[in-house]
Amino acid sequence: MSEVTARKPRPKYLALNEIRLPLPGIVSILHRISGVGIFLMLPFLLYLLDRSLGSPETFETFAAVVDNWFIKLVLFGLLWAYLHHFCAGIRFLLLDLHKGLELEEARKSSKIVLIVSLTLTLIIGVVLW
Amino acid sequence: MVKQRTVVGAHYGLKDWIAQRATAVYMAAYTIIFALCAFSLRELNYQEWSGLFSHGLFKFLSFLFFLSVFYHAWIGIRDLWMDYIKPNGVRLALHLVTIFVLVGYAGWAAQILWRL
Repeated sequence: MSEVTARKPRPKYLALNEIRLPLPGIVSILHRISGVGIFLMLPFLLYLLDRSLGSPETFETFAAVVDNWFIKLVLFGLLWAYLHHFCAGIRFLLLDLHKGLELEEARKSSKIVLIVSLTLTLIIGVVLW
Repeated sequence: MVKQRTVVGAHYGLKDWIAQRATAVYMAAYTIIFALCAFSLRELNYQEWSGLFSHGLFKFLSFLFFLSVFYHAWIGIRDLWMDYIKPNGVRLALHLVTIFVLVGYAGWAAQILWRL
């Protein structure tokens, strides 16, 4: 590379503990984290569906497994992951359609995503618990 | 100065981008249908629950949902490996493992549904 085109070293600032993520950034990273969570738990969820649909006997196994408080807590977390992924996904689809691209709107919609997914998680979670 | 750029290539990126969104829209619609059906069950027991999934149309829609989940997950997890895993060998291995488990899950989902 000639001296004329040689670039200056690009500044990097990747101190993760010091970066303050704006609200849309938080929604975005939670979208990724919730997706990974669901992906990792897919075998467990398929196992639960398998037991619940096998026969009346395996349904009892299913009922006993999901009656455990720890499993309930895990499923509660997954319910949030699904609902957050769902709500944030709708927001991303709207952004793809160039809806809500302005900074203020984008901040507002990410706030709505966080609040709606948490509220729905609480309501559905309490109903199912 | 180049005024017009001819877009060339196999459009793999575009295909996946569309597939990720198409599966997302389908999954969102199925989620609403599933929630309505599940909450309208008289009570949660084996008869009611398996009765819902025995219904031909619901079985079909459910299987389509699972395929959407697995295809959507493939694109999402592939992006994850592309973002964070730089050594090509490791990345290729993770891509293959991801494909293998997801194809396996699809077989499992088919077996769960068509046993009914």
